[in-house]
Amino acid sequence: MKKAIEVENLTKRFGSFTAVNAISFDVAQGEIFGFLGANGAGKTTAMRMLCGLSRPTSGKGAVAGFDMIRQPEEIKRHIGYMSQRFSLYEDLAVWENIRLFAGIYGVPEKEIAPRTDGMLARIGFESGRNTRVKELPLGWKQKLSFAVAIFHEPKIVFLDEPTGGVDPLTRRRFWEMIYDAADRGISVFVTTHYMDEAEYCNRVSIMVDGRIDALDTPKNLKQQFGVRSMDEVFHRLARENALTSNAN
Amino acid sequence: MLRFLIEKEFKQIIRHPFIPKLIFVFPCMVMLVFPWAATFEIRDVNLSIVDSDRSTYSTRLAQKIVSSGYFRLTDVSSTYPEALQSIENHISDLVLTIGQGFERDLVREGSAKLMIAANSVNGTKSGMGSSYLSAIIRDFADDLRSEQGQMQGAEAVPVIHIAPQYRFNPHLDYKVYMAPALMVILLTLLCGFLPALSIVSEKEAGTIEQMNVTPVSKFRFILAKLIPCWLIGFVALSLSFGLAALIYHLFPAGSLLTIYCFASIFVLVVSGFGLVVSNYSATMQQAMFVMMFFLILFILMSGLFTPVRSMPAWAQTITAINPLRYFIEMMRMVYLKGSALADMGFQMIALAVFAVFFNLWAVFSYKKTN
Repeated sequence: MKKAIEVENLTKRFGSFTAVNAISFDVAQGEIFGFLGANGAGKTTAMRMLCGLSRPTSGKGAVAGFDMIRQPEEIKRHIGYMSQRFSLYEDLAVWENIRLFAGIYGVPEKEIAPRTDGMLARIGFESGRNTRVKELPLGWKQKLSFAVAIFHEPKIVFLDEPTGGVDPLTRRRFWEMIYDAADRGISVFVTTHYMDEAEYCNRVSIMVDGRIDALDTPKNLKQQFGVRSMDEVFHRLARENALTSNAN
Repeated sequence: MLRFLIEKEFKQIIRHPFIPKLIFVFPCMVMLVFPWAATFEIRDVNLSIVDSDRSTYSTRLAQKIVSSGYFRLTDVSSTYPEALQSIENHISDLVLTIGQGFERDLVREGSAKLMIAANSVNGTKSGMGSSYLSAIIRDFADDLRSEQGQMQGAEAVPVIHIAPQYRFNPHLDYKVYMAPALMVILLTLLCGFLPALSIVSEKEAGTIEQMNVTPVSKFRFILAKLIPCWLIGFVALSLSFGLAALIYHLFPAGSLLTIYCFASIFVLVVSGFGLVVSNYSATMQQAMFVMMFFLILFILMSGLFTPVRSMPAWAQTITAINPLRYFIEMMRMVYLKGSALADMGFQMIALAVFAVFFNLWAVFSYKKTN
């Protein structure tokens, strides 16, 4: 089966600081891949490289079948991205934001309006069609960002801490949207530091200090560490890492 | 793809709380206020006269000076130190000393001496004031000579009168000279700052990252920022043409089409420059400061206030890389002299080179990936 993402020894250095240290992994098409790690572990940097926002210092990889180094613009055509920071245009209405990004990704103009209506109906937000985005509550902003990121039916969608700062109910709704997208064959690459969310992923990787220290299904990881929850897995890894760095 | 971006730019501009007003208020400000303020015409120079002669001639001279309308007599002192005091106290700008025996010397020897002392803290006022004063005194001397000639019935002494003819601005009206150049400043400020701030505000809001992760090409993104700016420039320029005609009865001697033609290139130059600055700036403040620095430099070295030809050679060399200089030259030529495109090939080429240079720089310095 064709992989959505394949990377080998991906590294990013800023001066003498190594933010991402030779990580290798792959993501299957339609998979929900959790990318976990503490703050500053290098999750966002890694994700920015995968999206073509940041050039890798070394290593290679392919996203959506295109080479990361040589074809970053081709990659951009086939991915969706939702940044950690809300970044739709606040002074445009909901439908205007959708229309803008749909147009940019080359969705035929005739299809934009009906697809917008369909999408808003699916997320239960028909009433917000003409609302200026800055007036939306955070939960809706997040859901809208996600909906815009997958509007053009990308092969992969990258979500950078998509549920930061929203209530549990909205988080739950958000994950329903993620499952929905995965069912339609869109691979989901999601960073989070909510460990309960890690349980929802098909596979998770845990990053510590720029390296991937663990990568497996949540079930296997828990077995491997002999614990009951992902939260404990995470703590184990963090502790082990602290011990080894002290030993050094 | 480009269409959607332009649509978005226009929506954002129209909804901006400040920019739409700016497009109208700015030309009005520049055309209504600046031409009156940016004038070198000196009126109401404060004058002290030291009249030690107290003769008919000295009184006549004083009257002639005051009636010229350029001077306001603040005091008539009897000694020079007294008059100097009024300069020191900022009461007067000039002191005219009429020495004892002024009339006697004039009648007997046919010549007499006067002294003008000027407060040069304000160089323009003192320079212009004393040259006005000298001109009036010369005129007074001519009056005297012709009177004497008539009285004595003798042959007139040969005198050379110079009658300058001021072409293209017959009344030497400073506003006529300044208004076209001020339109350039208007375009520079409006079309330089708008795209710069527009990109930096996207950086600050984080929306630029959402753009960078799309397949939008750098060229299209930059073009979408330029096109609205172009249109805004044209609106503001047309508005200032109208205001100049309405208020100063100033119509271009040449064709408006020539001006629009130049303006369309010039807007690209300043917008391109603004975009370059924005690409290197992370925050609004940074972009503003850098823009201010360069624009002030451009404006001071453009020949707006002081003719380029009278600058020192090294400064003249610097003005060669100042796009404003070419456009101001062109504006004045078209507005006052009626020059046509063919007369200004050099300026046209210079501006085109700047336009290509800055916009290419803007496209290349815009980094989608870093």
